[in-house]
Amino acid sequence: MSAAATKNKLIQGETGDWEVVIGMEVHAQVLSQSKLFSGASTQFGAEPNSQVSFIDAGFPGMLPVINEKCVEQAVRTGLGLKAQINLRSIFDRKNYFYPDLPQGYQISQYKDPIVGEGEVTIDLKDGESIRVGIERLHLEQDAGKSLHDQHPDSSFVDLNRSGIALMEIVTKPHMRTSEEAAAFLKKLRAIVRYLGTCDGNMDEGSMRADVNVSVCRPGGYEEFRKTGSFKTLGTRCEIKNVNSMRFIAQAVEYEARRQIEILEGGGKISQETRLFDSRQGETRSMRSKEEAHDYRYFPDPDLLPLELEQAWVDAIKKTLPELPDEKKARFMSQGLSAYDASVLVAERELADFYEELAKGVDAKAAANWLNNEVLGRLNRDGLSITEVPVSAAANNAIIQMVADKTISGKIAKDLLDIVWKEGGDPRQVVESRGLKQVTDTGAIDAAIEAVIAANPDKVEEVKAKPKLAAWFVGQVMKQTGGKANPAAVNAALKTRLNLPEEG
Amino acid sequence: MTLAEARDAIRAKKISSKELTGAFVKAIEGARPLNAFLTEAGEQAMLAADAADRRIAEGKMGALEGLPLAIKDLFCTKGTRTTAASKILGNFVPPYESTVTQNLWDAGAVMLGKTNLDEFAMGSSNETSAFGPVFNPWRAAGSNVNLVPGGSSGGSATAVAADLCLAATGTDTGGSIRQPAAVSGHVGLKPTYGRCSRFGIVAFASSLDQAGPMTKTVRDAAIMLKTMASVDPKDSTSVDVAVPDYEKLLEGGIKGLRVGIPKEYRIDGAPAEIDALWTKGADWLKAQGAEIVEVSLPHTKYALPTYYIVAPAEASSNLARYDGVKFGYRAPGVHDITELYERSRGEGFGAEVQRRILIGTYVLSAGYYDAYYSRAQKLRTLIKRDFEQAFEKCDVLLTPTTPGPAFGVGAKTADPVEMYLQDVFTVTVNLAGLPGISVPAGLTPTGLPLGLQLIGKAFDEATLLRAAQAVETAADFKAKPANWWSV
Repeated sequence: MSAAATKNKLIQGETGDWEVVIGMEVHAQVLSQSKLFSGASTQFGAEPNSQVSFIDAGFPGMLPVINEKCVEQAVRTGLGLKAQINLRSIFDRKNYFYPDLPQGYQISQYKDPIVGEGEVTIDLKDGESIRVGIERLHLEQDAGKSLHDQHPDSSFVDLNRSGIALMEIVTKPHMRTSEEAAAFLKKLRAIVRYLGTCDGNMDEGSMRADVNVSVCRPGGYEEFRKTGSFKTLGTRCEIKNVNSMRFIAQAVEYEARRQIEILEGGGKISQETRLFDSRQGETRSMRSKEEAHDYRYFPDPDLLPLELEQAWVDAIKKTLPELPDEKKARFMSQGLSAYDASVLVAERELADFYEELAKGVDAKAAANWLNNEVLGRLNRDGLSITEVPVSAAANNAIIQMVADKTISGKIAKDLLDIVWKEGGDPRQVVESRGLKQVTDTGAIDAAIEAVIAANPDKVEEVKAKPKLAAWFVGQVMKQTGGKANPAAVNAALKTRLNLPEEG
Repeated sequence: MTLAEARDAIRAKKISSKELTGAFVKAIEGARPLNAFLTEAGEQAMLAADAADRRIAEGKMGALEGLPLAIKDLFCTKGTRTTAASKILGNFVPPYESTVTQNLWDAGAVMLGKTNLDEFAMGSSNETSAFGPVFNPWRAAGSNVNLVPGGSSGGSATAVAADLCLAATGTDTGGSIRQPAAVSGHVGLKPTYGRCSRFGIVAFASSLDQAGPMTKTVRDAAIMLKTMASVDPKDSTSVDVAVPDYEKLLEGGIKGLRVGIPKEYRIDGAPAEIDALWTKGADWLKAQGAEIVEVSLPHTKYALPTYYIVAPAEASSNLARYDGVKFGYRAPGVHDITELYERSRGEGFGAEVQRRILIGTYVLSAGYYDAYYSRAQKLRTLIKRDFEQAFEKCDVLLTPTTPGPAFGVGAKTADPVEMYLQDVFTVTVNLAGLPGISVPAGLTPTGLPLGLQLIGKAFDEATLLRAAQAVETAADFKAKPANWWSV
């Protein structure tokens, strides 16, 4: 990383500059029909305790049986993170008491996770790309949900979530700013959504992040990257369950400032777990290191070590879709700018829409049309790309009509407005409403004659000032209701008025 | 009457299931002073017997059609209270059936009731039951002292010994089938780990627990195992190895069978009669054509400490689900969640269970894990390897089952370690995941039964049963306890 790039990542304190170092643990809910170790449904929003098997409720004598689909999803995600797939992994029990944890332990993976080191590349606004190392990905069960607001002196428990498969994705401390942290989560979300392994729905809790923040003096991070030793980094605090991109940025900013203030005041950071209060925009202490649970991890004797065959992993690899980075590179090779390409690949649905929209037309024109016209209107109407009222194929037809000069660019926008509001096939609308561009020289000539007849003075003027031709073009276009082909009008005018060739 | 005899009588239509079942239901009612059953299911049993008789009449016979059995109250039985002999399960009625018992009912067997046990199968004398101790039908000659039936499957042992059923199920985590069978004068078989499904059995120590039959004869054990064993998609640790017809494989004798005698099982201070019986057992097998070889299991002395780390560690986690939140006992009048946990568990679990939860929690704790749990796992591997090496030289091993006969109720409750020593010959087998069987082989001078244990190779129960039958034939154990309990 260049010195300049590092420079703008510093935070100014009272006593000098500080660096922020961020790592993340993301819990991503595996997209699967049933839970990690039971056949109960994972559907969101069901009646409390309606999707609970005896296994999920921790009944006596119940045993977990691994769901192959969840394993496949974890491997698929690992491959998407360009990570090492561990052919042998082990499920452990993480023991603690809580009413929404019916077995009294969570089945997780501790020392031997299913996925090892990988990486995610993120693109920043200033055009810089950085690589965030992935430490590991492991599979674990979700807990249930405690409901404390249903009864004056009792709490209720909903076990629908209990046993749902989560992927815990742990990064290395490779992020330096709140922008990078938010960009990472956005990119990770895009990757799992491309892969179809997590729906990335943060509102429903399908993706939650714990953010680790520490601060150090300039140079400390670079030293850490060089040596791998955490000694040159500050003491970290973990901020639990931050559930939106915006909150992540806020939480990081707040926490870094808080730590700097303590250090500059001569204090020390104590390692602790903190909560982000999104209403106050601040983090608050939840428990100190001393209060941390002793989870008494040990291998779950109900489950055999998970052994995968390389051939199975290879077969999954063959089914991976094109991922955002590859797609972006391909779009750029088709002539899109890095910026346009990265905007388009951020959501798989958008990229898919673009690809269909761009079929057989100029890539740049297609991207411009999508960015300016389609996304502009979606934004105006508060719709997402999946709710777009005009299909990619219909947009493609409009762009094609502009390209083959059936309609003008101006008419194209009007046409989009019409089908946006009223629906219909753009080609039929052009026919039925007579929007077709006029290339018929007879009709254009007639319009020119009419304009000349009405403005004899201008005809004299234009002979002296050929630039005035543009005024004539405008008048002729007006005469034809915008349907005349501007190039044809230009050519006909030049002949009729005996104007010199360009130059 | 043995299970095989009853089966043959039913098949020959000499007796109906109803007649047979009715007799046992009556015997159970008459034997209440033994406290063998926690739940008597007489009415249900008569209905099941009736249904079995109808199937018999239609010629649709399962392998155990109409045969009444007793079930250890650690197996979940759909619609019938299952307690694990603990107050904490309260009046828990499972809405599901364990795979092993389902296999039995599918074969036509009839459930007489649920038998008493040590709480959560933790104990060697059936004295930790929240529902009181079980008494051994056997008493020393001329004595009125009540003896324990061993444990943890003490209720099943007494039910078999006192003829309150044709056969019973047990579970064995460190000796809980073989030790009570030995001190109660009948056969107890712990199959290979993974041979029977653990689904629906209240878990004690998952990597050690295994269900097995407690029967009057080796043949009966073979018949029971054939039905109890199955690979189960609901238990990932059950193993897909074909279940042979063990009864048929009893034939053929033991000529040329190599029987290993592990020298480390000769322990100081063991009663002379134990040693003598062991030597006698070897002689019996030799006389029937077996070859006796001395083998070494050098890590035997570590087995008991290893077991008392691994089993409590797993138990501390397995029993975390009994927290007063979802089912079972909840302490009344609690104000917050911590109090709910502390009081429900404090009041719901007995002293021995609490002791093991504490031990297990301790050995898994940060800072102690490596010193205890981790080392115990390494020792377990070494113990397993001992057996693998021994089995290069022999086909089965012969050892005593217990260090002594049944002892008096209350005699060993003061010192847990002395109680733990009951399992000194049996825990190694669980740690190695191997099959083991106890066969009644003789009586002490005061007339109490003693057993010999045979240990087999993994999934070679067929050879193990054949060797056990050879011991059974030679021992010709015919003694019966005098009935002192009938009311």
